[in-house]
Amino acid sequence: MKISWLPAVAGLAVIGAVIRAAFFTPLEAKQGAAQKIFYIHVPAAWVAFLAFGLVAIASGVFLWLRDPRLDRFAESSAEVGVVFTTVVLITGPLWAKPIWGTYWAWWDVRLVSTLFLWFIYVSYIVLRGAIDSPEMRARYSAVLGILGALLIPFIHLSVYLFATMHPMPIVGKPSAPSLPNEMLLTLFLSLISFTLLYFSFVRSRYHYAVERDTLIEAANQHA
Amino acid sequence: MADILFGAWLIARKDLAIEFRTRSAFLSALVFALLGLVIFYYAWDPTAVAASDLAPGVLWVIFTFSGLLGLHRSFSVETADHAIDGLLASPVSREAIFLGKAIANLIFVGAVQAIAIPALALFYNLPLGNVAGPLIAIAILAAIGLVAVGTLFSAMAVNTRLAELLLPMLALPFFVPIVIAASQATSKLLSGRPVIEAGAWLKLLLAFDIVFVVACTLAYPFTVED
Repeated sequence: MKISWLPAVAGLAVIGAVIRAAFFTPLEAKQGAAQKIFYIHVPAAWVAFLAFGLVAIASGVFLWLRDPRLDRFAESSAEVGVVFTTVVLITGPLWAKPIWGTYWAWWDVRLVSTLFLWFIYVSYIVLRGAIDSPEMRARYSAVLGILGALLIPFIHLSVYLFATMHPMPIVGKPSAPSLPNEMLLTLFLSLISFTLLYFSFVRSRYHYAVERDTLIEAANQHA
Repeated sequence: MADILFGAWLIARKDLAIEFRTRSAFLSALVFALLGLVIFYYAWDPTAVAASDLAPGVLWVIFTFSGLLGLHRSFSVETADHAIDGLLASPVSREAIFLGKAIANLIFVGAVQAIAIPALALFYNLPLGNVAGPLIAIAILAAIGLVAVGTLFSAMAVNTRLAELLLPMLALPFFVPIVIAASQATSKLLSGRPVIEAGAWLKLLLAFDIVFVVACTLAYPFTVED
């Protein structure tokens, strides 16, 4: 049996980063244990934005080159991106409840933008599922992949303008604290391990897409 | 460019002629909008929330939802007897087809607004007389963005298995900046603030219109290849 090294390395790296975050990184003075979620939340958010950025780029290049590999990559990256966005949307409120005093804050630009990122790419997956012709599916989802990336700055800007007319959160909203070195290193390791995990997931998902398309093609030739 | 605009006008005239003779989508969108105004009024406690505070949000939410009814029809009328193939085979460019559809939808949405906004003023007791000019500008800017995105997604949704079920799911996230900007700008106007305070929202709407009219016009040809 062929041993795939990428998932193994990515899995070990994530486990290592989580252990370091939990046991070998000092507690944050004001937020205490709640701050530990930071080492999962921030890397997941980074991966989510990376995933959707790559979907948009792959979509744009697909409409130009029409290479089905780009479409399979976009398909895989979008699905993995939705998983990581879900992690962001779950870990964020868990942290916000003890620190801000509320699970959700409509005036926070990043929260709402992330929520809409999730909405757009869930509908991207639904759109893919609703089209039978692979060629048309690739074109349509590429169009949505590009438009979705264009939309995010507008959501960001409109929530930003909206927020300036509302009270800011009263309960200790951290203003980008400069991290001590130990915490910075843990964050850095988490970022790397999550990025590896992203590529590992996308690769597996991509292989699945290749095998599925080969099977469909073989079935069509047979019929 | 003149060719594109002329072709677009022909397509828009065709769609408007169909709509004018049947009036099916217009009446359903209009009745939907008026019903929405009534339902939303009773969804809040009128002693706690003043009708004039409620009105901007109600107006723009209803505007987007009733817009979806017309947008869906825009391309579903072309599915009967594969009418879209005739349209694509005709000597007008794909961009002209898109713009024509969008112009017809814009007039459709504008006609619904032209009745729904005065009805809102009547039901919610709003002094619209002195803010009519800026409000019309907001309505036009909001309608252009809505129609650009909605027309493209209507063209896509109609070819999927989910058809009309998919359109709101695709389009509503894109309508969010429009609804936020238009209702915030409207509430500034209705609370008697100077127009300049709504300036940032109007700029946002204008930027949205420019980006998505261009992007959707360029994207449309990719959705109709064979």
